[in-house]
Amino acid sequence: MYEFNYHKASSVSDAEQALRNASDGKIVAGGQTLLPTLKQRLASPSDLIDLGGCSELCGISVDGDTVTIGAMTTHAMVANSAEVQSAIPALAGLASNIGDAQVRNLGTIGGSIANNDPAADYPAACLGLGAVIVTDKREIVADDFFTGLFETALDEHEIITAIRFPKPEKACYQKFPNPASRYALVGVMVAKMSSGVRVAVTGAGADGVFRVDAFESALDGSFSASSLDIEMVHLPDLLEDIHGSPGYRENLIRVMGKRAVEACG
Amino acid sequence: MNDTGIGASVRRKEDFRFLTGQGTYTDDINRPGQTYGYILRSPVAHAKINGIDLAEAKAAPGVVAIFTGDDMQVGSIPCGWGVNNKDGSPMNEPPHPALAQGKVRHVGDQVAIVIAESYAEARAAAELIDVDYEELPAVADLATALDQSTLVHDEAPGNLCYDWEIGEEAQVNAIFESAHHVTSMDIVNNRLVPNAMEPRAAIGEYDSATGEYTLYTTSQNPHVIRLLMGAFVLQIPEHKLRVVAPDVGGGFGSKIFHYAEEAIVTWAAQKVRRPIKWRAERSESFLSDAHGRDHVTKAELALDQDGKFIGLRCYTKANMGAYLSTFSTCVPTYLHATLLAGVYTTPAIYCNVKAVFTNTVPVDAYRGAGRPEATYLLERLVDRAARETGMSQSEIRRKNFIPEDAFPYQTPVALQYDSGNYTATLDRAEELADVAGFQARRSEAASRGKLRGLGYSTYVEACGIAPSAVVGSLGARAGLFESANIRVHPTGSVTVYTGSHSHGQGHETTFAQLVSDSLGIPIENVDISHGDTNKVAFGMGTYGSRSLAVGGEAIMKALDKVITKSKKIAAHVLEADSADIEFKDGKFTVAGTDREMAFGDVALTAYVPHNFPHDELEPGLEEQAFYDPMNFTYPAGCHICEVEIDPDTGVVEVVAMTAMDDVGRVINPMIVEGQIHGGLAQGIGQALMEGARYDDDGQLLTGSYMDYCMPRADDLPDFKVGTTTTLCTHNSLGVKGCGEVGAIGSPPAVINAVVDALWDQGVRDIAMPATPNAVWNALNGAKTAMAAE
Ligand SMILES: Cc1cc2nc3c(=O)[nH]c(=O)nc-3n(C[C@H](O)[C@H](O)[C@H](O)COP(=O)(O)OP(=O)(O)OC[C@H]3O[C@@H](n4cnc5c(N)ncnc54)[C@H](O)[C@@H]3O)c2cc1C
Repeated sequence: MYEFNYHKASSVSDAEQALRNASDGKIVAGGQTLLPTLKQRLASPSDLIDLGGCSELCGISVDGDTVTIGAMTTHAMVANSAEVQSAIPALAGLASNIGDAQVRNLGTIGGSIANNDPAADYPAACLGLGAVIVTDKREIVADDFFTGLFETALDEHEIITAIRFPKPEKACYQKFPNPASRYALVGVMVAKMSSGVRVAVTGAGADGVFRVDAFESALDGSFSASSLDIEMVHLPDLLEDIHGSPGYRENLIRVMGKRAVEACG
Repeated sequence: MNDTGIGASVRRKEDFRFLTGQGTYTDDINRPGQTYGYILRSPVAHAKINGIDLAEAKAAPGVVAIFTGDDMQVGSIPCGWGVNNKDGSPMNEPPHPALAQGKVRHVGDQVAIVIAESYAEARAAAELIDVDYEELPAVADLATALDQSTLVHDEAPGNLCYDWEIGEEAQVNAIFESAHHVTSMDIVNNRLVPNAMEPRAAIGEYDSATGEYTLYTTSQNPHVIRLLMGAFVLQIPEHKLRVVAPDVGGGFGSKIFHYAEEAIVTWAAQKVRRPIKWRAERSESFLSDAHGRDHVTKAELALDQDGKFIGLRCYTKANMGAYLSTFSTCVPTYLHATLLAGVYTTPAIYCNVKAVFTNTVPVDAYRGAGRPEATYLLERLVDRAARETGMSQSEIRRKNFIPEDAFPYQTPVALQYDSGNYTATLDRAEELADVAGFQARRSEAASRGKLRGLGYSTYVEACGIAPSAVVGSLGARAGLFESANIRVHPTGSVTVYTGSHSHGQGHETTFAQLVSDSLGIPIENVDISHGDTNKVAFGMGTYGSRSLAVGGEAIMKALDKVITKSKKIAAHVLEADSADIEFKDGKFTVAGTDREMAFGDVALTAYVPHNFPHDELEPGLEEQAFYDPMNFTYPAGCHICEVEIDPDTGVVEVVAMTAMDDVGRVINPMIVEGQIHGGLAQGIGQALMEGARYDDDGQLLTGSYMDYCMPRADDLPDFKVGTTTTLCTHNSLGVKGCGEVGAIGSPPAVINAVVDALWDQGVRDIAMPATPNAVWNALNGAKTAMAAE
């Protein structure tokens, strides 16, 4: 780890100011991704601005058909929230399978989404459920938010404040964990929204999370697992690594997709 | 039975300090004036070093000194075992420098040490070192290394370390010519990273007043390190070099070897006149701890018309990595090829081993060392032969087992097994695994869309690594005995100094049980001391499941001497002849009388010898013994694995794992069970999850837990374990060894189960690790092939 200055922000505006004042400031949320990166000396920010003191960023609220989760809400809070469990059980279930207990107690939804790891789980939830990412400057729909590997639509110094999830009619997330890291080798979120079915895939795309149009229209036609026995046209390039060939990942997209549809009931 | 004696499941004495965080590991030790060392390692697999610019780094804050290979002109790190080529000439043994001498040969090779006031400063300064690497092509692939024009060492043409053989090739070939059936397989034993929980660490210290050096290190055998480093690398005589291996958090073989960092910190401590601590980061462990396994073998088994094995031949390439680590050379030869008879009566065996240099981390002994490789290829061949000849897995084994009445049994590959009953372990294993109910379980699984398979492995291994005479004749450059010293204190408590080293095995309990049992004293009155060359007279350390069979026997011999001396003391006090003194339950009695003396009183008298006849009886009660056994010991057993495969994803679930092992007499059943559990976890890890992978440039692709898959608790079923017992015939305890059996026996059982599950789908073989992707590929490949037919 290189040396840096540490600030504990008490509010979003406080954090904004600290970011402006720093020559190369970086936000730290749960630190579950950023701190390992620093320890490996792969990043050297001049300042770390800790959002841990911004109580306005933490918490879960349900308003009609919308579940709003503050950026600093931990994976454990989402997993254990009675509101989330009843409104979007798929989301609580997803959070409960991220990492291990220590990671879930510190890692946050805002940090996960800002980081946009191609194997992270939350991006599939955001894209699959059609969430809106709320920042200190604007609102960004999930379809516009995830722009590439570890890339998002966030401007430099833009802070995610909350994520708004519309409640689906039904939804399910099926994760096939990478045997080593237990991130998603393939994770598929299938959601039946009032506007139609959305299917988002994480872990597999060479450019990160993506939607599977062919599956969505097939499921719009008939919401059953057998509808997915079709060719997945227009799939983006898939990742290739020692854990999964593109062909294997493509197979898993179908298998996990079907399992998700079945589990939706 | 004494409730803390032989056969009792005494809770581990050492666990209180481990579980409460009070162990003292090397990194817990801090010496006055200590500095911190950071080892700068090569980022490339193969390069010439054209220059190293240290100017900026030397000026960095906190830096005390920086040394490179130019500064450190010392002896080569020695290899402990010489192996001869088949023509009798010695193996190629290129130098193994502690700090690179003009060339780096694997990613992670040591280039410099930066010594600073803090670790962070050392590390920061290291980033300022400018090394001019002229990259060379890398030899990264074992299978093709011998054919490459690039040489890892100019001294080793063709990248060959040795070309060794055992057996008569022509004779075995003739048997194959006339065989009724031949089963052939190409078998890869995957490369593993040992991953001890405690990373390696070392502290070097020099006392200029006395000229004495001290090395604290994460070692399984401090005396061996003292010998190798002192005599060969740094030329420090034993009386000026103390090596301490305190609590060690797991070794699995990887902490047997003498590593460069030990020599670097010891040498540099004398230069800077301050202690230097180095501790590996986890990523460094991946790049600098010796890896394990890594063989490719062409193996063939010849059978007659009755299904009896009549010949076996194997051609193995074994990866040595970039340098010869301490025991690397004996693993594929004397610990592998000599095991190829297995539990079978195969009369003729030939094995050729080519040891190969590559631009990868050195490869050496890892839990089982050679024996898992032998067991794997043999049990895969036997499984396949059964399928090809229409025998059941049980039948082919029973037909070929060395019968119970054939012991001692001389194999055609040098070893002589002293005892065993392979049919008994197989019977018990089949019962415990409920093999009879398997077909019903398979049908039930099929109704859930799962493919269920059952796999066998029946193995024997050679452990209790010793006798000096045998290993010496095979090229070992050391003896392989063990020492023990029993110090009885005046109040009757006992300290045992053992040359074995405990790094998870529970010696502090098992060895104390031997003493408690033998002297009839409470186990609380016994402490086991190990791991310090200034306390323990000598020791060869712990590996090859040798601690109890060799170190424990040394303790028994020393205890015999203590009892003999105690009898003399009792005889003197009780005014009897020492031949008439009987010792039982901690009491010395004059035979046929009620005159007796407790062990504690004898001890006290030994140190308060007010009226000893000093010409006949010395004061004190302390005895030393060295034990060098007659033979290896031969644990054996049967492992049966049951898996369920999800054909959609290729995921293999181990649904049952049965291990029936004959480890000889069991001193502490709970500890034995724990050792077997650990071994099984590693074996299942090797079979399904673990595998070190290099790319063509020699970069380690599996350099962290993000990519190197370690088995976790939820990957494993509840193990069904049991023991059958035949006693070792050449040690007094009748013990064999249990530390490695789990890792030796289980991998082929798992893979045979996977193949069994997939056989009807057309899959004939699968390599380790059988990852979900690999299994899915195999199933799909077979599907495509079947469709094409
Ligand atoms: C052992 C382990 C296992 C894991 N397994 C999984 C897994 O299975 N699935 C999975 O999805 N993830 C997994 N993770 C990652 C984990 O979920 C992280 O918590 C998450 O990716 C980052 O969240 P964080 O709060 O820790 O963010 P940090 O590490 O603090 O920050 C990450 C990045 O996001 C930025 N950032 C943080 N908050 C904001 C904000 N509000 N606005 C703008 N930028 C922000 C930071 O500046 C930084 O660049 C694992 C992590 C570990 C260590």
